[in-house]
Amino acid sequence: MTAIEEINLTVNGERSTHRVPVRMNLVDFLRNELGLTGSHVGCEHGVCGACTVEVNGACVRGCLMLAVQADGLEVTTIEGLTASGRAGALQAAFHRRNSLQCGFCTPGMLASALEYCERGGAADRAAIREHIAGNYCRCTGYQSIVDAIYEVIAAEEAQ
Amino acid sequence: MTGPLSIFDRPNAYIGKSVPRPDAARLLVGRGQFVDDQQLPRMVHAAFVRSPHAHARIVSIDGAQAATMQGVVAVYDGSDMADHCEPWVGTLTHMQGLRSPPQYPLALDVVRWQGEPVAMVVATSRALAEDACGLIDVDYELLPEACNVEAALDRDAAVIHPEFGNNLAWERIVDSGDVDAAFARNDVTIVERTFRFNRHTGVTLEPRSSVVDFNPADETMTYWYAGQAPHMMQAILSKHLGLAEENIRLIANDVGGSFGIKIHTYGDDIATAVAARILARPVKFIADRNESFLTDIHARDHRIHGRMAVARDGEIAALEIDDLTGIGPYSMYPRTSAIECNQVLNLTGAPYAIQNYRARGQVVFQNKNLMSQYRAVGHPVAMAVAEGLLEDAALAIGLGSVDIRKRNLIRDDAYPVTSAAGMKFDDLSHCRTLDKLLDIMGHDVLREEHAKLRSSGIHRGIGIASIVEVTNPSPLFYGVGGASIAAQDGATVRLDAAGAIHVSASITEQGQGTNTIIAQIAADMFGVEIDRVKVTTGDTAHVPYGGGTWASRGAGIGGEAVLQAATALRGQVLEVAGTILQCAPDRLDILSGSIVDVKTAAQRMTLRELGRIVYFRGNELPPDVKPELIATRHYRVTDFPFVFTNGAMAAEVELDPETGFVKLLGFWVVEDCGRVINPQLVDEQIRGGVVQGIGGAFYEECIYSSNGQLLNASMADYLVPMAAEMPDIVVAHVETPTKTSVLGAKGAGEAGTGGAPAALLNAVNDALRAFDTSISEMPMTPERLLKALGVV
Amino acid sequence: MKAAEFDYAKPRTVDEALAILASHEGEVRPIAGGQSLMPMMNFRLAQPDMLMDLNALEELQGIRDEGGFIIIGAMTRYRELECSELIAAHIPLICAALPHIAHAAIRNRGTIGGSIALADPAAEMPALMLALEATITVVSSRGVRRILADEFFLGLYETALADDEIITEIHVPRSKAPAHFAFCELARRHGDYAIVGIAITAQEIMPMRGLRVALFSVSDRPVRAVAIEQALENTSVGDAGAMKLAVQAIGSMAFQDDLNATDKTKLHLVGVLLKRALTELCT
Ligand SMILES: Cc1cc2nc3c(=O)[nH]c(=O)nc-3n(C[C@H](O)[C@H](O)[C@H](O)COP(=O)(O)OP(=O)(O)OC[C@H]3O[C@@H](n4cnc5c(N)ncnc54)[C@H](O)[C@@H]3O)c2cc1C
Ligand code: FES
Ligand code: FES
Repeated sequence: MTAIEEINLTVNGERSTHRVPVRMNLVDFLRNELGLTGSHVGCEHGVCGACTVEVNGACVRGCLMLAVQADGLEVTTIEGLTASGRAGALQAAFHRRNSLQCGFCTPGMLASALEYCERGGAADRAAIREHIAGNYCRCTGYQSIVDAIYEVIAAEEAQ
Repeated sequence: MTGPLSIFDRPNAYIGKSVPRPDAARLLVGRGQFVDDQQLPRMVHAAFVRSPHAHARIVSIDGAQAATMQGVVAVYDGSDMADHCEPWVGTLTHMQGLRSPPQYPLALDVVRWQGEPVAMVVATSRALAEDACGLIDVDYELLPEACNVEAALDRDAAVIHPEFGNNLAWERIVDSGDVDAAFARNDVTIVERTFRFNRHTGVTLEPRSSVVDFNPADETMTYWYAGQAPHMMQAILSKHLGLAEENIRLIANDVGGSFGIKIHTYGDDIATAVAARILARPVKFIADRNESFLTDIHARDHRIHGRMAVARDGEIAALEIDDLTGIGPYSMYPRTSAIECNQVLNLTGAPYAIQNYRARGQVVFQNKNLMSQYRAVGHPVAMAVAEGLLEDAALAIGLGSVDIRKRNLIRDDAYPVTSAAGMKFDDLSHCRTLDKLLDIMGHDVLREEHAKLRSSGIHRGIGIASIVEVTNPSPLFYGVGGASIAAQDGATVRLDAAGAIHVSASITEQGQGTNTIIAQIAADMFGVEIDRVKVTTGDTAHVPYGGGTWASRGAGIGGEAVLQAATALRGQVLEVAGTILQCAPDRLDILSGSIVDVKTAAQRMTLRELGRIVYFRGNELPPDVKPELIATRHYRVTDFPFVFTNGAMAAEVELDPETGFVKLLGFWVVEDCGRVINPQLVDEQIRGGVVQGIGGAFYEECIYSSNGQLLNASMADYLVPMAAEMPDIVVAHVETPTKTSVLGAKGAGEAGTGGAPAALLNAVNDALRAFDTSISEMPMTPERLLKALGVV
Repeated sequence: MKAAEFDYAKPRTVDEALAILASHEGEVRPIAGGQSLMPMMNFRLAQPDMLMDLNALEELQGIRDEGGFIIIGAMTRYRELECSELIAAHIPLICAALPHIAHAAIRNRGTIGGSIALADPAAEMPALMLALEATITVVSSRGVRRILADEFFLGLYETALADDEIITEIHVPRSKAPAHFAFCELARRHGDYAIVGIAITAQEIMPMRGLRVALFSVSDRPVRAVAIEQALENTSVGDAGAMKLAVQAIGSMAFQDDLNATDKTKLHLVGVLLKRALTELCT
């Protein structure tokens, strides 16, 4: 017998109602039920950060929250951050600086980076490194990611 | 300007420029297409019951309860699978003496490592499949394990494959020059040391993933593949599942990192294909992180004893190594698990002119997960051993780190050179790269600074390493040994009606930028802007036959095929243009999408116009003109078994002698990968590679209990490099194009991983020197450092 | 790795929650931030029959200054602690420790109550509770209990909390959360659980008086090092004799191995951290 609950939530600005198995976590729900495959699954135990999405404006691990817990909440994924343009400057800087290789970490990395920028994080390489220390990237070695985030903040500060 | 323009000096050239990757845009907005993103009608999900024991006999498997669970589609055990799949054997004929028993998708009677798949459940969701796995009852009878490499050959060791009599899988001896005489010379100083390189693993962020569909109506199988060698996998599936090769289609869209991990044959992936065939519906298997740690191949696991004799002037008189390495219970299919040891034997000391070299490699079976090729196969081990011994030698005879290297490095004008291990080197630049390294890192200033800091209790160290990297392998790597692994790659370039070109190539993309360099080379050689180039890779239905991307061969081999194909198409297009414009083709050129006068660059017609005429207005062409606006070329390396690259690296560290913690202060790389096609992409390959090397040197270790239980099979406990501890890495280049191709590109993908551990080892030992101690085991954890310091 | 089946309840009030705990057969597991429980469930190391979500319980939220105590609701997330002026002003030790706990996205959801209830021997918050002389308020349908941190942590993931109880709030005496504090830990990577860690508070520092020394990641639970406190009480930093006694006191403690370090290494590292923490305490 599978426990199922009905949830109402807003994902990337769209409100909808779903019946979900209570054991389904948020990132599986977003990917498999809503087709929002931009969020990825890398470890399912909270360490890699590939599943990072925004819930009510704060980054969370999509694998450490149940879909049913998102009832009544607002979820924003990389698809939403792209559509609204909020991540635009970071995405452009990541592209210029080649801050991604395979791209599997990228949506989660961008969400974390955006949170750093929007919380008023400083253009300080060590602080940027600490902030993104919860997002694993096997490919880049991180330097290019730090460069891109730094560049975005420095450009904003210069304005 | 002097001399004629080379093909690399054409206007609008892309080769040599940091062109941003066109396909990165998709990945940045969440529109990647990874295997797990694939949702197909009627798709079902696989999960596996895995052995909790390192060595045990399977007494019985009871899947009856699981099979009746709602949502469960099928339950299989080893013999069910064996009915539909021929076993495989991980040997190659040119690795003489290598032995490994047949391996099945799921264990048959005996499990030989913790994590080996024993039973498979296919269900309508992964969660249900896992529920059902929990209901399968497997009864085991424990067998004695042989886990420790160093005891695996003991007479009383448990024998993992009784038919073999002992646990030795392969042995090789290299003996070149007169080693004994050199060690016996009375003017030499001898240093020796035992190094340990513990196991680590790839930890691709995207786990191993397979979605396989089978259509019985036409006997076709489609495999969405997260790997590096689609044609190899096609051949393997054909051979072991008994399907016609042409009926199997491999599609590798985006691959979330591979680093060698995803190039091998894993029982659970094959079982997924078998299940799809039996069930005639799509089956998805995505390894979870626990499964990844237990079954993705591990790497390293070497214990090496090394000795070096040096003369008073620093000349390396002789080098001798003895490598013992554990590969788990089987040799991995199809590339074998002996290659890493083989590389260690081939490459130790390779940057140096050494006449007298002896090496023994012993590859042993053990009850741990399989060990096989991961990024920089054998290199970090080979480089660290030689560089570590060299540093010991320098200290012993009172020579500086730099001086002893300069004394022994193969001179830049000495090539071609054949090393004592029989490696053929050409077009290398050890001396120039080392000089440039010393320059960019400010070597002498740093040394002085360190000396001053040491007196105030701050312990910093510098480590230097000169390295080679095996790239662009020829058929002598695998093909000669009987494996269906192509060493050649192909590219097809065609001009479409609107004046854009389309390239399909057999090399693959896993994030390194393959598709981008393909577009750069094609745009450059053919003569269009890069945004008029479309690239297809990773689909056996659409690309020429070829090897894929591994062993740092994509740019060097696949890139050359693209260059040749684009050049050929250019010639063909100019022929047609000559006919249309009624002038000799050699008076024309293609630039930025137009046919131009070769001298004045004046536009004669656009490619769009040419395309229009050829494709829609053939009536305007003379009847005997039959334009062929498509060209295919294949390329393989012929003159050498491999094309080597070289580089020099340096690390700066600070050691906290009270805690054993090491802080990475700086890292410098000077790399010679021949012609640099895209500097930004090459630099990023190097940086990413260095950080994986840092992982192996300081953090990553598969920790096993004495009875073969992996104790840290999670990302919380297996430590990968994260952003906060990593240094910024300075990369510079020396460019010595290889003469084996027009493009002149060698590989660059593995150098960072191959060389960084050697530099880091030397840096830590430099910092430890003040305490009169040293370390020779990786990863260099705080605890191991405290032990070396005698504190604990 | 998908969680096993469970039922789910999301009570709106503490009374409702307690009723569920009192009446439901089988294991009911409260979930707070889920940052420890979800990984365990995904690995199927935890398979509760029912998950009781505490996230709608307003009574468990908020930080207030009342009767000489800073009172922190169990459902207060690390992020709220980071942003709280009350915490910054009165319990700066918490601020010093927070950056070492996991990563921003985990701190956005993880709660202080969850960390205390879990009682991971390597976690920061439980040790802080010892150093801060905190009291943990737990309730069940049987009533309210106030448990001193010193009596709360009983073993590996074992606490004084009964199966039908939940933590509602934490009282930190303002007087015991003085400006004199030190926090040090050694973690392999930023945000990892520490190899060893130490939190110290003192009423006075010249000489040191009213010291409380708490260690984490040394044993099966967070440990208050009373012997160290006694060795150092009424001495000054730099007092070699006192330090020697303190190190002897460390030597008499029982440490436990983990994947990162043997007990011997931990013992050594505690000595190093103690020295560093005392320097920090007095500067
Ligand atoms: C990658 C990663 C790194 C981490 N690193 C650290 C670290 O360095 N240091 C550290 O301390 N922690 C670390 N954590 C754990 C994190 O701090 C958790 O948030 C915390 O341990 C538990 O808090 P929670 O609110 O998430 O609790 P949950 O996971 O929801 O619950 C934990 C346990 O407490 C019980 N529980 C929760 N609330 C109550 C309550 N009010 N009453 C009774 N029982 C309750 C639950 O039933 C469960 O057994 C890390 C976690 C992750 C994923
Ligand atoms: S998948 Fe959620 S943190 Fe790794
Ligand atoms: S780009 Fe591959 S994991 Fe970050």
